Amino acid sequence: MIELENVAYSYGGGELLSDMSLSISSGAFYFLTGPSGAGKTTFLKLCYGALVPTVGQIRIFGNDVRSMSRDDVAVMRRRIGVVHQDCQFIDHMSVQDNIALPLAVSGNKTLAEDANIKELLAWVGLTKRAKAFPPELSGGERQRAALARAIIMSPDVILADEPTGNVDWEMSERLLQLLLELNRMGKTVLIASHDLSLIRSAKSQVQARVLRISNRRLQLAGANL
Amino acid sequence: MKAVLVFFEGLRADGHRDRVVPSTGFTATLTTLTAGAMAFLIVFALALSFAASRLSDRWADALQGTATIRISAPADQMNIQVERVLAILSTTQGVDAAKALTVEEQQALLEPWFGPDIPLSNLPIPRLIEITQTDDGFDAQGLRLRLSAEAPGAVLDDHMRWRKPLVQAAQRLTWLGALAIVIIAMTSAAMVMLAARAALAANAQVITVLRLIGANDAYIVAAFVRRFASRAFIGAVIGVVAGAVVVLFLPAETANASILTGLRFQGADWLWLAIVPPALACVAFVATQLAAQRVLGDLS
Repeated sequence: MIELENVAYSYGGGELLSDMSLSISSGAFYFLTGPSGAGKTTFLKLCYGALVPTVGQIRIFGNDVRSMSRDDVAVMRRRIGVVHQDCQFIDHMSVQDNIALPLAVSGNKTLAEDANIKELLAWVGLTKRAKAFPPELSGGERQRAALARAIIMSPDVILADEPTGNVDWEMSERLLQLLLELNRMGKTVLIASHDLSLIRSAKSQVQARVLRISNRRLQLAGANL
Repeated sequence: MKAVLVFFEGLRADGHRDRVVPSTGFTATLTTLTAGAMAFLIVFALALSFAASRLSDRWADALQGTATIRISAPADQMNIQVERVLAILSTTQGVDAAKALTVEEQQALLEPWFGPDIPLSNLPIPRLIEITQTDDGFDAQGLRLRLSAEAPGAVLDDHMRWRKPLVQAAQRLTWLGALAIVIIAMTSAAMVMLAARAALAANAQVITVLRLIGANDAYIVAAFVRRFASRAFIGAVIGVVAGAVVVLFLPAETANASILTGLRFQGADWLWLAIVPPALACVAFVATQLAAQRVLGDLS
């Protein structure tokens, strides 16, 4: 789905990430770990085409990122759900409208999907908060709303950047359950996190592959976590 | 063709998209106000242009095809010379009609300058003969020669001297009005562009979110463009109405001042005002489009 070939990235100055090769396979569950500032967010951005590698090649759904037009990138993002640590919303629109926004943006708004939104809101436990505005939500609610927005288009891949960074353990567990459930439905999931207990918890429930960024390189971590 | 459709995407109504950008804000009011002020100015530039254009037409028409012969002679010779000149004119090719003005007519002409009580008969006023030319006109040089030989007191004035600079001045005024409209339109475009850039900067988060969830540029641009075009339109309507009301209260043309012309619009000229709001909306549309595309170009 997403293939990296000898990819390096630098923001100017030295390389932040170098010589990374990886093929993210369909239906797999990945963790991406590493110390703060190691480049986890940069790696995710490379994966959804927000950044173009300075060296090497990235193919997303078989298309080279470099050869994609801005509109190609936009269409590609409809197949990749992204959840940020500090998820942003359109603050003057209700939670429900925010979650439905990807549908409106891609011109897919139909009544059937209206029912879908209700189901989705119930799934992430935000039915009661549907009419609230994003600034009124708690950290955990924001994360769940972002997750709902990320998956409303039924994407093939879900990328989550520290989804549990701002929430307590109980909420982390809940979010993890949602992501595991998505994975069981056949979605590829990649979670960037430095929360080792979350990774352990996941590994007991799913065959998660753990990628680690250290010394600017991507390594497949062993089972010894 | 696709590029054209994408360009005009912003004109399509889309309830959801129209709400993506917050509807209120300082720039919103400013854009409407600016468009209103600009439309107000355009109304006056238009009024000036039309008035000048009417003036130049009128002067050109009134003075074209006519000429005057002025006869200054001692009182006892006056009538003889007038007769002689009229005789010459009747045999001159290109002269359609010639008519000596009566004393009363001359008095009416002088009245605005000297008042009604001037005893004209006591003054050595030259007599005037009004000539109407045929379409081909006459040979002014030849006529002058004949006149100087047979009626030494007669001077031909074919009005060219007056007409050219007057008509030219009026035409220049027309162009000046048109130029003012172009400058106002360009200023409006610049102001809308600045407002659009401010709005785009203020809504950076909206743009980031839209981009993240897979909105293409056309969608994002359209969300802003429709806003600004409609604000400019509303502002322009207000400005035009205000301008039109003010123009209505300007002094209208009167018979006495026929050499000048009223600044009021006449007849079909009013229709031009209807074009101003859509035109300003178009200017805002293009300006916002350009501003938005520039901002989006910098975004990954």
